[in-house]
Amino acid sequence: MADKVTGRAREERRLAWMLVAPSVIVMVLVTGYPVVYAIYLSLQKYDLRFPNDKKFVGLSNYTDVLGSSTWWTDVFNTMVITVCSVAIELVLGMLIALVMHRAIFGRGPVRAAILIPYGIVTVVAAFAWRYAFNPGTGFVQHLPLVSGTANPLGSRGGSFLVIVLTEVWKTTPFMALLLLAGLALVPDELHEAARVDGASVMQRFFRITIPLMRPAIIVALLFRTLDAFRVFDSVFIMTRGANDTETVSILGYNVLINRVNLGLGSAVSVLIFFAVILIAMFFVKVLGASTAQQTGEA
Amino acid sequence: MPAVLRGRSIRGVVTTALVAALVLAAAGCGFSESTSGGRGKTIKWYVFNEPGGAFEQAIATCNKQAGGKYTIQYVRLPTDADQQRELVVRRLAAKDSDIDIIGMDVIWTAEFAEAGWIKPWTGARAQRALNGKLKGPQLTAQYKNTLWADPFTSNTQFLFYRKDRVPKPPPDFTWDQMIDQASQRGKAIEVQAARYEGYTVWINSLIASAGGSIVDENGNVKVDQTAARAAQIIKKLATSKAAPPGMSNNKEDDARLGFESGRSDYQTNYSFIYASAAKIKGFQPKIGVAPWPRVDASKPPRVTLGGINLGIGAYSKNPELSFQAAECLAQPENQVVASEKGGLAPSTGVLFSNPRVKKVLPFADIMSTQIENGVPRPVTPAYSDISQAIQKTFHPPDGVDPSKVVSDLRDKLKKAAEGKIF
Repeated sequence: MADKVTGRAREERRLAWMLVAPSVIVMVLVTGYPVVYAIYLSLQKYDLRFPNDKKFVGLSNYTDVLGSSTWWTDVFNTMVITVCSVAIELVLGMLIALVMHRAIFGRGPVRAAILIPYGIVTVVAAFAWRYAFNPGTGFVQHLPLVSGTANPLGSRGGSFLVIVLTEVWKTTPFMALLLLAGLALVPDELHEAARVDGASVMQRFFRITIPLMRPAIIVALLFRTLDAFRVFDSVFIMTRGANDTETVSILGYNVLINRVNLGLGSAVSVLIFFAVILIAMFFVKVLGASTAQQTGEA
Repeated sequence: MPAVLRGRSIRGVVTTALVAALVLAAAGCGFSESTSGGRGKTIKWYVFNEPGGAFEQAIATCNKQAGGKYTIQYVRLPTDADQQRELVVRRLAAKDSDIDIIGMDVIWTAEFAEAGWIKPWTGARAQRALNGKLKGPQLTAQYKNTLWADPFTSNTQFLFYRKDRVPKPPPDFTWDQMIDQASQRGKAIEVQAARYEGYTVWINSLIASAGGSIVDENGNVKVDQTAARAAQIIKKLATSKAAPPGMSNNKEDDARLGFESGRSDYQTNYSFIYASAAKIKGFQPKIGVAPWPRVDASKPPRVTLGGINLGIGAYSKNPELSFQAAECLAQPENQVVASEKGGLAPSTGVLFSNPRVKKVLPFADIMSTQIENGVPRPVTPAYSDISQAIQKTFHPPDGVDPSKVVSDLRDKLKKAAEGKIF
């Protein structure tokens, strides 16, 4: 009996593998190969302008990147943008998700309106924000409470502010959508029961909604953190890394595309890749442990 | 769901997917062959998109003169110099035989020559290419005593001022005088100080006008106190009342817009802003043109050269015809057309007194003097690294520290030369 089940389970397992095989092969071809090739390149001294100087240099590209203050400044800048934008997006996204969830009339229009920023190409959105803050042509300096000579894109703090605002404006809808899916998981009966027991709105939100939404919140945070860590477009358009706002992706771009230094640039890319894996592991292992438990219970 | 995946339909799905993938791949293969319509071999000219139509007319002229030997085809590159370079470099590094003629920004010569991406010009052909060209453009096309391209158009920056507000600047007008005067009047001086190639142009002109240079003739780093002097001027302007709003983000077009808005008395920029001013009623007559300001009252300014040279791609399948086509494109008539339609300065000296050029560029005499004495940007294969290092050292303009700039720049240039992160 037991043998038969295992045999069948093995059979199913095989079928499962066969079914996922096409996508695994495609993934290996389109993601695995470039990743492996980038790692290979990162171990070479290889500048497209001096192809004859190409040689194997081991980990020296990595020691060079990790030993430079530029890399660590850029990591810090990227963290600032990531933490600020994701934190604001989470709060705003939750509010918007609640609105979308509760909307009684005009659900369709409300959801569509909220999604518009997410539908706009990031580069276009970034240009719009840059022009808005441009002291010559923008409208921001004509707003009440804003100094007429304000030039946020001229200073580091101001540039960060505008970049974070752009990111928040652009991707809060995405966050809201993911959270909305989580909200739908919370059974109404629990709220009813809690209300009967005399729980306040706040209590119900923090004691019922949030714990039950935890898996959705973690997925939303993970997606957005990974995205935000690789932020490129808005920084490229706003400052191109000026005013000490260079992010790791901008550094990678400069070394790889502008300086055509494939070895060094690949080392930067691989390091970004590892940073992203670390972040993902943090979310899955540290925050995700209790998630599995939660979903098991629900 | 399983019905779709069962039996023959799996094959159907796979086939459809493969066909779709192939179609997508084929469609994604970049430039499609557009109608060349002519006869003979097709010679492709990769050059920036010139909206005035000057290059189209030059191509038409040459295709006619070729009499069926070749047909030049215009492949438009972005207008941003950094993007042009990135696109061409990627193709050349992949040994793309599609590139026959390259409209090369003057700063690419050493890099492309060293990498073996362009063919040298030799013998009688080299003599013809240099014949009658001003010294400045000649320098930009040479590297290690070899000619690598045919100088086509040229350019430098000038000082534009508001004739209706300030007196004509004296011949020895300096940056210091200009900043003091504009600050007193509470009017701005428009410059290019965003962290990009245009900022390198400004810094290079300041250092050269102070009597220095960033690298010597052999391509070795040679940073001295002239860099500190350049930083002083930049900082003085950036922290004065004459600093234009958003200075640290301003490029050529932001400067033009600022000047046209009336907020500024002075502007350093290229000749295109003069043609642009004609579009605003009654504005062009208010603009005066003067030589670029001096750093040191006793030394004439030495201004960074711009413009494009025509190089021949090393992997071209028709190099001989490409050389002929490039020579044809660079002929004086086409340079005049480039001035008339695109506001680009010629590289051939006598053309500056050509009435057709003088009509569109009334300050042609100042122009030819400046181009003749113009300075190339650092001639070195690692130019783009060096330019990035310069920009990073001097940016932001109000935060640059003249006492640290020399050691900082040396350090960054050393790292750039060693292929390290800076």
